[in-house]
Amino acid sequence: MANYSTSEFKGGLKIMQDGEPCSIVENEMVKPGKGQAFNRVKIRKLISGKVVEKTFKSGESVEGADVIELELSYLYNDGEFWHFMNNETFEQVPADAKAVADAEKWLVEQDVCTLTLWEGKPINVQPPNFVELEITETDPGLKGDTAGTGGKPATLSTGAVVRVPLFVQIGEVIKVDTRSGEYVSRVQK
Amino acid sequence: MLVKRADFMRQVRQFFYERKVTEVDTHLLSQFGVTDCHLNNLTTEFKYPLASGNRTLYLQTSPEYAMKRILAAYGKDIYQLSHVVRDDEIGRFHNPEFTLLEWYRVGYDDIQLIAEVSELLVEMCGAPETKVITYQQCFIDHLGEDPLTTSGVENIRQQLVEQPALTDWMSKEADESTILQVAFSELIEGKFPAEVPVCVTEFPKSQAALAKIDLHNPRVSRRFEFYYQGVELANGYNELADPAEQRLRFDQDNQQRKQLNLPTQPEDTRLLAALESGFPACSGVALGFDRLLMIACRAKSITEVLPFSIQTA
Repeated sequence: MANYSTSEFKGGLKIMQDGEPCSIVENEMVKPGKGQAFNRVKIRKLISGKVVEKTFKSGESVEGADVIELELSYLYNDGEFWHFMNNETFEQVPADAKAVADAEKWLVEQDVCTLTLWEGKPINVQPPNFVELEITETDPGLKGDTAGTGGKPATLSTGAVVRVPLFVQIGEVIKVDTRSGEYVSRVQK
Repeated sequence: MLVKRADFMRQVRQFFYERKVTEVDTHLLSQFGVTDCHLNNLTTEFKYPLASGNRTLYLQTSPEYAMKRILAAYGKDIYQLSHVVRDDEIGRFHNPEFTLLEWYRVGYDDIQLIAEVSELLVEMCGAPETKVITYQQCFIDHLGEDPLTTSGVENIRQQLVEQPALTDWMSKEADESTILQVAFSELIEGKFPAEVPVCVTEFPKSQAALAKIDLHNPRVSRRFEFYYQGVELANGYNELADPAEQRLRFDQDNQQRKQLNLPTQPEDTRLLAALESGFPACSGVALGFDRLLMIACRAKSITEVLPFSIQTA
């Protein structure tokens, strides 16, 4: 992998830090009129998801990380791996539980997810911002309640639990924002 | 913004007109660059070799050398408001081409010039009176260490190592000036009160740049810096006048350049000749005009106060 000098730093650049692939979030150059220049950099560690700050002496080089992002559609889970497919090349990519992590509860067959691959292996799975899932379990709501005050928990077909308004019933399909885990609306079948 | 900028330029000229300081406008292209290892000249190629055989021309990072040659010949107060160019500088407070206000006062020591910079800030930005503090006192107040002793610098380095963002770099940094500069930028500058201009004086000898060494305390130089509203605004010296000492500083810069694997720079022999011909005792200061405008307009980025930044130039 190529090395990058601090002068090439910019948001989105993938570099190695502490043995982990990272993405640069923010890069600020600091240059005293008379004195050593340096870069204050915010870095997101792509495996742990942690954001850390690090200061580099200007002119220093760091190792680049072989990281790519792919848009792949979710196929199925074989009990060990979650399989994704490239809709253009039909190439299939298996992701393990560590890569899928919390995204598991939002995976819907055919949905296109963003996979981050490091040296060819998936390290992160980002579900679409909105997914549509069926309610498999929830308490019967109170009649006539349409205001949705308070709400109630509902279990979805993937096992995810979200708060829904009282009028929403088992068997209905709802739209959920995966970033916040919040109910958005009912979906007409 | 353009109107405010125009108004500011007029006010600067008025300020110096009232004080009988002559405006000069020296060259941007020179046959010499700077030796300072933290400044980089952009260069360009002239089509015809000059009498000296030079074809490579250096865009000036400041009009300092040229103005000093005028001082040596003319011996009176001068100022310049002009564009300068620095490679490797881009960011919130940096554009590779920017406007510098630089002036020299003959017969002034640094204390008198600090008072004049302070007056300029009062007149142009409505700033309160400047607070003056020594470099050493800044470190003692904020870090509890003396930056002028070897053990003090080592303790300061330890404090930097404890900052998670700086651990990797500072664990292996051995250069005292670098340690002090980073500590100053990262642990001290941010603690200055924003609403009061702060002038830091008596920079260590290792960071003297082109300032005289203090007669009574050879560990420090007569160099000062102004900070206001979180911005490093101006850098000044009680000017070095001794040509032998000037030649030595050029040599030291080039030695340091070699250590840092940077190309060495030819020393400006014309500046040395001017100093040899006799140079008046004087103090000079360079102030970032765009940054002054940023302060007056509460701008977040230098691009807001430039007609066109390098991204749109």
